[in-house]
Amino acid sequence: MSKEEHTAYAYLRQTKKFPNVWCSGCGIGIVMGALIRAVDRMALDKDEVAVVSGIGCTGRMPVYLDFNTMHTTHGRALAFATGLKLAKPRLKIIVVMGDGDALAIGGNHFIHAARRNIDLTAIVVNNSIYGMTGGQSSPTTPLDSRTTTAPYGNIEPPLPVCELAVTAGASFVARSTVYHAVELDRFIELAIQKTGFSLVEVASYCHTTFGRINRLGSAVDMMRGIKENSTTLQAAEKLSTEERAKKIVRGILCNIDKPEYSALYDQVIQRAQSAAVQGPFKEVNSGA
Amino acid sequence: MTLKFIQGNEAVGWGALAAGCRFYAGYPITPSTEIAEMLSRELPKVGGKFIQMEDEIASLAACIGASAGGLKAMTATSGPGFSLMQENIGFAAMTEIPVVIVDVQRLGPSTGQPTSASQGDVMQARWGSHGDYPIIALSPTSVRQSFDMVVMAFNFSERYRTPVILLMDEVVGHMREKVELPDPDEVMRVERVGTNVPPEWYRPYGDSISDVPPMEVFGSGYRYHMTGLFHDPNGFPTQRLEEIDPWIERIHRKIGRNLQDIVLVEEDNTQSANTIVVAYGATARSARHAVKLARQRRHKVGMVTLLTIWPFAEEVIARLGRTARRIIVPEMNLGQLTLEVERVAGRQKVVRLGRANGEMVTPQMILEVIEER
Repeated sequence: MSKEEHTAYAYLRQTKKFPNVWCSGCGIGIVMGALIRAVDRMALDKDEVAVVSGIGCTGRMPVYLDFNTMHTTHGRALAFATGLKLAKPRLKIIVVMGDGDALAIGGNHFIHAARRNIDLTAIVVNNSIYGMTGGQSSPTTPLDSRTTTAPYGNIEPPLPVCELAVTAGASFVARSTVYHAVELDRFIELAIQKTGFSLVEVASYCHTTFGRINRLGSAVDMMRGIKENSTTLQAAEKLSTEERAKKIVRGILCNIDKPEYSALYDQVIQRAQSAAVQGPFKEVNSGA
Repeated sequence: MTLKFIQGNEAVGWGALAAGCRFYAGYPITPSTEIAEMLSRELPKVGGKFIQMEDEIASLAACIGASAGGLKAMTATSGPGFSLMQENIGFAAMTEIPVVIVDVQRLGPSTGQPTSASQGDVMQARWGSHGDYPIIALSPTSVRQSFDMVVMAFNFSERYRTPVILLMDEVVGHMREKVELPDPDEVMRVERVGTNVPPEWYRPYGDSISDVPPMEVFGSGYRYHMTGLFHDPNGFPTQRLEEIDPWIERIHRKIGRNLQDIVLVEEDNTQSANTIVVAYGATARSARHAVKLARQRRHKVGMVTLLTIWPFAEEVIARLGRTARRIIVPEMNLGQLTLEVERVAGRQKVVRLGRANGEMVTPQMILEVIEER
């Protein structure tokens, strides 16, 4: 297949910025491919898609994509996207973040974007480490594993990303991995289609930092590890709690319909503009 | 024209609406909260949007996102929140996205004294975010001026594609005055300039005669990349010195060559004066009274009111540094803008009159310094 025929080619910025910044063997490219395939399957207009990111390896994804793209400050991507969504509600906004970006420095924004149920699609590429800065502990680093800032083993338990989003109020929450690319395409497509806050957590790996420090082998070895260590929701139900905790459980954890923030705000505008408000709040404090 | 008896904070809200503000994101904080309350009520009436965010960092982020989506956007806060906003002030400067940040200053450091007045954020407004970037900061002295200057803040922000800070203080923010406000259609509004080239030729950070590149918004058919990294004329990250140097020069030049437009000062009897009082914000009100009393006692006193704090009014202060014997700078901090006056006029001539306990500098205190020999 020539590059012109490849699905991805129509969605990549051809003028500049290749090769990419990621290490060869990195899983982030697979997620970028899945995002492109989902957008292509939905036949979305490139002008109507925005991709917003924060800082880190995953934060570099938008620059390669031929959409409206914004590479913001560390942890704040969802907050920028919230403003953009309210200004341009018809845009399909996809927010790509790493685990450190979304859950440590951006944890508060993550919770509140989910709570508001604003129509954004969050993709968290979870490689359980700060990759770009060289392998420091993140909120999803497994217990007892080693990082450059936990040289004697990590004593902090990892944060369950999907469960947090479900609790906070997201409409759609799913987890897949960079090995299960077909499933990942489908989850991302469903997430973009969903009106409301949706999250796809993608279990990935960082062979360059986490893998090296913990002697987990090459990218291929780590990919195999993800394959062998993951299970579907249905299969996980048969496991004991202890066994399940060790697994990457794939599947759709939540898919519900409920009022979305920007649609609700349109109702606020209607209320404000209707005669109903001419009551106690009409001109409070304005003195007129 | 409507007659109102309102606070400075409310005037900021009305001014923002008149300037075309259609998005506000904020977080409650004394003494700025009235701005958020007022706009939560008024923005939806004109089809605008208000959102209360989870903190001040997110508030400014949402404003920048909304501005990138084509809405004029504003947030308001006070010292502790202003500290949190610094990172995204840098982002707005870097990506050249118009946004207005209102800081109703209260006594710091830290939580300080939430209901007490201060002008302690003057240097933070200039240098608060890391790195070298130009900034515009305006400071109103009255309720009516709060209205006018937030309009100016929006206009500068759109004209120069830069974050603009409205540096209020608790006194002006909470003070009530009877004001006549112009109708929104009587207000001069600057709108963002888009490009006239087709999308495939559009360079979001390309050269332009004015040094301000035409801005297209997301969803307009012009797809491009915005980043807080140093970027080339197409918006893509760069590490090339031949792209970094011209960029940093251009963003300073776009402000620096327009000082005539941006630097606003009021001069009162400065030509023949031996002594000049330089003041801004609420302190200018005390200074005005002190100067009036001093003149009645036949002192040759002039006054400069700085409406634009940043960029600093170097030209005016340098001229007065040559003609006047003394320059007195009262301010509600321990001498922040005094440093700038000293830098330009020479240290020997400058008398600092700082107060940083939450109380105003009184006319009496200024008069006493004027009368010192």
